[in-house]
Amino acid sequence: MDALILARAQFGANITFHILFPTITIAMAWLLLFFKLRYNKTQDLKWMEAYRFYVKVFALCFALGVVSGITMSFQFGTNWPGFMETVGNIAGPLLAYEVMTAFFLEATFLGIMLFGFNRVSNRVHTLATVLVAGGTTLSAFWIIVLNSWMHTPAGFEMRDGVAHATSWLEIIFNPSMPYRFVHMLLASGLTASFLIAGLSAYQWLRGDKRVGVTAAMKTGVYAAAMLIPLQILAGDMHGLNTLEHQPQKVAAMEGIWETQRGAPMLVFAVPNKETRSNDYEIGIPKLASLILTHDLNGEIKGLNEFEDHPPVAPVFYAFRIMIATGLLMLIVSWLGSFQLFRHGVLSRWLAFVVVGMTFAGWVATVAGWYTTEIGRQPYLVYGVLTTAEAAATNVSAGMIGTTLILYLIVYITLIIAFIATIFYLARKAGEQPDNLNRAPVANRPGVAGSRQILEGNV
Amino acid sequence: MDLLATDGHWLAFAFAFLMGLSILMYVILDGYDLGVGILLRGATDAEKDQMIASIGPFWDANETWLVLGVGILLVAFPIAHGTILTALYLPTALMLIALILRGVSFDFRAKVLAAHKHWWDKSFFMGSLGAALAQGYMLGLYIMGFEHSLSSHLFGVLTGVCVAAGYSFIGAGWLMMKTSGDLQKKAIRWARSSLWLTAAGIVLVSLATPLVNERIFDKWFSIPNIFLLAPIPVVTGVLVLLIDFMLRRLPMPNDRFAWAPFAGAVSIFVLCFHGLAYSFYPYIVPEKITIYGAAAAPESLMIIFVGAMIVLPCIIGYTIFAYRVFWGKVQDLRYY
Repeated sequence: MDALILARAQFGANITFHILFPTITIAMAWLLLFFKLRYNKTQDLKWMEAYRFYVKVFALCFALGVVSGITMSFQFGTNWPGFMETVGNIAGPLLAYEVMTAFFLEATFLGIMLFGFNRVSNRVHTLATVLVAGGTTLSAFWIIVLNSWMHTPAGFEMRDGVAHATSWLEIIFNPSMPYRFVHMLLASGLTASFLIAGLSAYQWLRGDKRVGVTAAMKTGVYAAAMLIPLQILAGDMHGLNTLEHQPQKVAAMEGIWETQRGAPMLVFAVPNKETRSNDYEIGIPKLASLILTHDLNGEIKGLNEFEDHPPVAPVFYAFRIMIATGLLMLIVSWLGSFQLFRHGVLSRWLAFVVVGMTFAGWVATVAGWYTTEIGRQPYLVYGVLTTAEAAATNVSAGMIGTTLILYLIVYITLIIAFIATIFYLARKAGEQPDNLNRAPVANRPGVAGSRQILEGNV
Repeated sequence: MDLLATDGHWLAFAFAFLMGLSILMYVILDGYDLGVGILLRGATDAEKDQMIASIGPFWDANETWLVLGVGILLVAFPIAHGTILTALYLPTALMLIALILRGVSFDFRAKVLAAHKHWWDKSFFMGSLGAALAQGYMLGLYIMGFEHSLSSHLFGVLTGVCVAAGYSFIGAGWLMMKTSGDLQKKAIRWARSSLWLTAAGIVLVSLATPLVNERIFDKWFSIPNIFLLAPIPVVTGVLVLLIDFMLRRLPMPNDRFAWAPFAGAVSIFVLCFHGLAYSFYPYIVPEKITIYGAAAAPESLMIIFVGAMIVLPCIIGYTIFAYRVFWGKVQDLRYY
């Protein structure tokens, strides 16, 4: 295989592995804050139970996110030296601000949030939790700004083949940024909600009837039910934005080769790049036109109109996987909310489904990212720099291939270890005697009753 | 663009300084926690818990200095970033995998089945050692100007071992401050053995650098520089002897001077870093690209510089706050 494909596979593997964990932590930090604030207000132990369990999951996700993020900062240079050489004047300050304003903030206060419970006042601990949550969201903001700029570059001019900033406001608030940022935050909210719902449903099915389990399950299911319609709306708006700025990506998503009016929405098809058409098409007439142009006979440009367009099949399939997962999320979370609201519990079969959807957020998020990122090809920065131009020229394919295999072994091992560990933690939480009511050890006011939250190694 | 120009924008120098500061902060801060990771090898299970508890709240922020350092290299000197990281492709990949293993082992070891814990302790040790060796190897290749010869690879291996020793030394110093009793006594023994290996490494690098590089030789051994610069190696030597003297007398009653070896280690790291930085200035890629030739556009650098001047003091402020929160001896097995 040639070096370019291997470099892409390596970087793709790294960001795929990386996004799994921030997509949990961004929203879970806020959910933990919610648990903590509920506890501060009500002094109800169920919120502390929920906090105590999910802060462990959070710590594990955070560590996995940090180490894979560090890998990414190096792979910018090892895999894509041409990226920084061409657009470094734009990407540089954005990345620098991410490190300076977000990374240090979250990393430093994470220590206090996880281990400082008995060493600071409850108020400072709550503040540390707020700062960690704010830091994760801020880092999402900066990296989404950069990513959006790569899709819809604005506020710059090219001088001697190098991009120079002309307006930082236009760079930061580039046309696709608001849509992408909202879409990503909601994706994170759904991922964390389904993870919490899934893990607590698993505990509940195993007969763990502690109040904290139900509280967490309700939080997860209700949050998912509230977020999913917002996500569908945000996704639709993001799609319209993409149609405006990257029409060939939308054509690939919809599998439309020839420009047509009243385009069908394809439920299933096998895009064939040899014949430049689809095999085995099953579609709903006119629906794609209706969704994208809000007109039954609206015109959608086909792939054949464009000189460069992304590979169709991966974009087409990834988009469908995301949509299907999203619809499943809608059905399950609404049905779950209905049951929880009416009966206070989930029916057994639905609880099994919820356990099965513990990582549904991962599937949808990764499929969504593949849609948008592969959909930008052959460009790395849309219309400015192709991926091939940015690749390293002095690193051999053998070297990239060898390290790719090493990385893959590490990533796969860690994903398996992660999943096994959080389910193990979920079982262990139910088996341990409830030590929340033990006599408080610390005498500090406001801390005494809640210090056990972090009991046991976090 | 003249890659060898030495007169350039002051921002290039400012960013070289900031990058140097980040790398120095990283080497000291992650140095001590990687060192503690390496020393895990010789500890009992109970001691392992204590040692890891002593670095638990800090490692994440410590590692962020590496991201800042490589980030500044990436954003301020984009050409050099590509050149250096592609030249160091393999050690970089190995270091990253080692850092991944080390970082995740922190959490996994505390959460998995008790029977699996020792696997994560092993990967913690391997990750810490691997990261230290890879970083030292990179330093060696950097000094050798990224030359791919047998001698430069051997030199890289040697600097790798010395950096691992240096990290173990500062890690042992950290443990002396954070622990007491048997573990503290053990840390003193660890510090003594790693001190001499570290010192040997410093001598080695100090001799090799001017010998392989004529420009650096002229820089150090010309008059009057030789007199102006002499204090650096002299003070380093005196510090090594002084630390050894202290280590023979520790632990003292009331834990007096338990901080001294750590402070000594920090001073030695600062001096060595200073010596290296002086040797290579103004080059960022030895003998090929200067910081002025590699710098990004001044307008973009200015944006970052303004931000850095506001944010860095805050970072330093809350870092000090975090260290104060966890001040004193590490508490038992639970880290709250």
